[in-house]
Amino acid sequence: MIDEVLERYEAVIGLEVHTHLRTNSKLFSPAPVRYGDAPNHDVHPIDLGMPGVLPVLNERVVDLAIRLGLATNSTVHTYSIFARKNYFYPDLPKGYQISQYEEPVVSDGWLDIDVAGETGELVRKRIGITRAHLEEDAGKSIHDTAVAGSHDSQLDYNRAGVPLLEIVSEPDLRSAAEAGAYLRVLRQMLRDLQVSEADMEKGQFRCDANVSIRPRGESEFGTRTELKNINSFRFVEEAIDAEIERQAELIDAGGAVQQATMAYDPGTGRTRVLRLKEDANDYRYFPDPDLIPLSIAPEQIEAVRATLPELAPARQARFEQEHGLSAGEAQQLVELRSLADLFESTLAVYSNARQLANWLLRDVLQTIKERECDLEETRLTPEALGGLLAMVDAGRVTARSARGLIPELVERGGDPEVLVRERDLEAVSDTGALEGIVDEVIAANAAIADKIRGGDEKPLNALMGQVMKKTQGKADPSEVRAILASRLRGA
Amino acid sequence: MDGLLDTVAGQRDALDQGDVSSRDLVQRSLDRARDTEGLGLVVGTRSEVALQEADAADARRRAGDGRGALDGVPVLIKDNMVQLGEPAQCASRILERFVSPYDGAMAERLGAAGAVIVGRTNMDEFAMGSSTENSIHGAAHNPWDRTRACGGSSGGAAGAVAASVVGAALGSDTGGSIRQPASFCGVTGIKPTYGRVSRWGLVAFASSLDQIGPFAHTARDCALILEAIAGHDRRDSTSLPEPSPSLASGLTGDVSGLVVGLPREYFELEGADPAVIASVREAVAELERAGAKVREVSLPHTKYGIAAYYLLATAEASSNLARYDGVRYGRRVPSDDLDSMYRNTRSEGFGAEVKRRIVLGTYVLSAGYYDAYYRKAQQVRTLLRRDFDEAFSECDVIATPTSPETAFVLGEKSSDPLKMYLSDVYTVTAPLAGIPGISLPCGDVGGLPVGLQLLGPPLGEATILRVADAYQRLTDHHDRRPGATS
Repeated sequence: MIDEVLERYEAVIGLEVHTHLRTNSKLFSPAPVRYGDAPNHDVHPIDLGMPGVLPVLNERVVDLAIRLGLATNSTVHTYSIFARKNYFYPDLPKGYQISQYEEPVVSDGWLDIDVAGETGELVRKRIGITRAHLEEDAGKSIHDTAVAGSHDSQLDYNRAGVPLLEIVSEPDLRSAAEAGAYLRVLRQMLRDLQVSEADMEKGQFRCDANVSIRPRGESEFGTRTELKNINSFRFVEEAIDAEIERQAELIDAGGAVQQATMAYDPGTGRTRVLRLKEDANDYRYFPDPDLIPLSIAPEQIEAVRATLPELAPARQARFEQEHGLSAGEAQQLVELRSLADLFESTLAVYSNARQLANWLLRDVLQTIKERECDLEETRLTPEALGGLLAMVDAGRVTARSARGLIPELVERGGDPEVLVRERDLEAVSDTGALEGIVDEVIAANAAIADKIRGGDEKPLNALMGQVMKKTQGKADPSEVRAILASRLRGA
Repeated sequence: MDGLLDTVAGQRDALDQGDVSSRDLVQRSLDRARDTEGLGLVVGTRSEVALQEADAADARRRAGDGRGALDGVPVLIKDNMVQLGEPAQCASRILERFVSPYDGAMAERLGAAGAVIVGRTNMDEFAMGSSTENSIHGAAHNPWDRTRACGGSSGGAAGAVAASVVGAALGSDTGGSIRQPASFCGVTGIKPTYGRVSRWGLVAFASSLDQIGPFAHTARDCALILEAIAGHDRRDSTSLPEPSPSLASGLTGDVSGLVVGLPREYFELEGADPAVIASVREAVAELERAGAKVREVSLPHTKYGIAAYYLLATAEASSNLARYDGVRYGRRVPSDDLDSMYRNTRSEGFGAEVKRRIVLGTYVLSAGYYDAYYRKAQQVRTLLRRDFDEAFSECDVIATPTSPETAFVLGEKSSDPLKMYLSDVYTVTAPLAGIPGISLPCGDVGGLPVGLQLLGPPLGEATILRVADAYQRLTDHHDRRPGATS
């Protein structure tokens, strides 16, 4: 149904991501940031909004914001302002959240995503970053529904004051898949930068989506709704599709979309209105008089720039350009930093990049997934992998034999030369010996051989199989095929 | 209290001479607080701990290990400054039974200097008011005439010093809350430069304006207290980096060559009591006779001060007071649902003036009005700051009346908020510009004290204190004590 809808309507999507910054203490208090502690254990009077407390900025967050800003090609502002966002809720201790409003620390950037084009190939798309700003998280309300008829709520302020970076995209995304791709690239980036652990399950990476639709060809935006607090990648995509369908149904029925905040119910697969815009809070933002403007020296920005690691998008582009990999191959490689690292270190001893990428993405990746292990903790060395592939290229070992050795090299390590010798896996490359075996097989299968001579090539594979069996898989299949052909066609 | 034993310097000398012990002084303060109970100046004492702390101070002194100028000296703090394990009620029902889980900077700094906090003083609820009538504890009565107001919002602190309960007390000033009650009660009170004294542990009214300062009988005593409480505090992001200034040593009594500016706009104000104006002019003449030069200066944007002040202060207050919601501490009115709990708690917990200002401030910040009110008021603030910058390029201090009148009769203005707001006309500009100001007694009208206000440039505390001290060397208005003491 979504495909049918998207033939008639274009979806316009912008995402707001809230990500917990990796710090030891909170944004404005010395309380520790920890996950899983007893409720209200990690709180300071500042986090509880006690009378007379004042916020003091945790300077550590500044570098983290700069890192994200630089990595998204954004402007990092040397002057930004903390503002109060005023609203009442029990998990918000001060009755306002300290955030940034008119002057955020980061704005006007972009990042690239790869999305499947019409024919399935990956197409690169640039997604604008409107802004990124620092703000504090709220506590957690725990509503007691265990006891029937109970209306009690409990409050845990451990999370109150945890530093967040809110990253707002431009409405450049056009499908749930694009939204998913954007989130994956952003999460990878936050992790590579060590800005955030971005673990969705721990609430460290949360997403709101603004969704509207418009008839194809229309340039005006439709009325948008905001999907709040979606807590997994899968649900983000499901929720967006469900909301696009809901809006299309409304418009198709002659109705109109109302500006509203929506929730997604994974159980029903549908979105529902939480509150309409006219009921929305007036947050009465104003500069927080308890905090001075955040001033960042240009030297600090440059110092952070010098420590930035190469990020996945840049690395992917480099792999494509320098090593001739396809976008898909390069993207898969950089998704797992350790895999990309192994790729580069192996290239020092083995130069066929495309061949190496194939082996990594197929055999090595499969082994890691099956064993559920971390590549960094395995014993597979660049020398072993490069050595093994060189032996395959030289015909000294068949691809099949080599493939069989990968799990062992990953788990226990070792020298492929030694392994091949010990296991007697050296390819049968002695043409004379191979010709002898082929002749034996032909002699033992005279009827089949005659069929082939008569022009029916189908049984050729059966003979091939017998030869391979006799050589215990150590013969080069193409060579076997060539010898068989020359014998049976008398060429 | 006998002799000069109600000044900080006098108490310190007596302690140094061994004429009294800290226990004697603290006991006298506690007695005096009880004797003057009917004036509604002190709202809570910590008699047992205070006496223990006095004993500790006496022991230090005996061991030759004194902590300095304030060691063993009793002081009072305003009910909006928190101290570990003590209430800080801000004269509000909503902070009923609240006990602070932490020490504010003032409790720490006074403690480090050896001063003994004997209790807390009455105030307008959350420091909102100019009379100390908006208090859950009832109005504070002026020791000079108990039918009259102490001024506000730090009226209890000013009155307690006037009534010699203590030699010094801390107040807070947002739009004049130290200087105006100092004027009404005939004591000296200084509002330092914004950022001079840490606000850590000061319950916020309007964060960009609030500043703590001392009341005492003399400028010299104010200097001693200010030295102890000023200086950078990393827990207050608006705290200035400058270390605590050396002030008492600069009180030379010399004002020769110093230029006193008289702002034309302040002396042309309609409705000001001519006798007050005359008294202030006479004080300026006294300084002139002592060698100071006097010249007229202009502060052209003065007339926008009150409007800008009440826009900004209420805006900030509406946000600062949002935390009193009955959820985590203080008063809660149990209700059927969350919205009712908020509504009932805040309706019952806050008094009328606080509610009025929350509503005003909420309006000021609301969508569509922000630019017309809040932003515009901030622009006025910049203009006022420039006014003062220019004026201080022509003079060293600015002299004005502190208030257009002497202490008014209790209840006289409480039904007319606007009239009450307008009585802050001379005091709101200094906090808006962030500059220091001091009020000191300079005469009386019909037996009621008149206050002279001296304003200085940013970080100019040393200068205004020197001028105030020089004036007090030449006059004896600060030595007068009121008769109504119970």
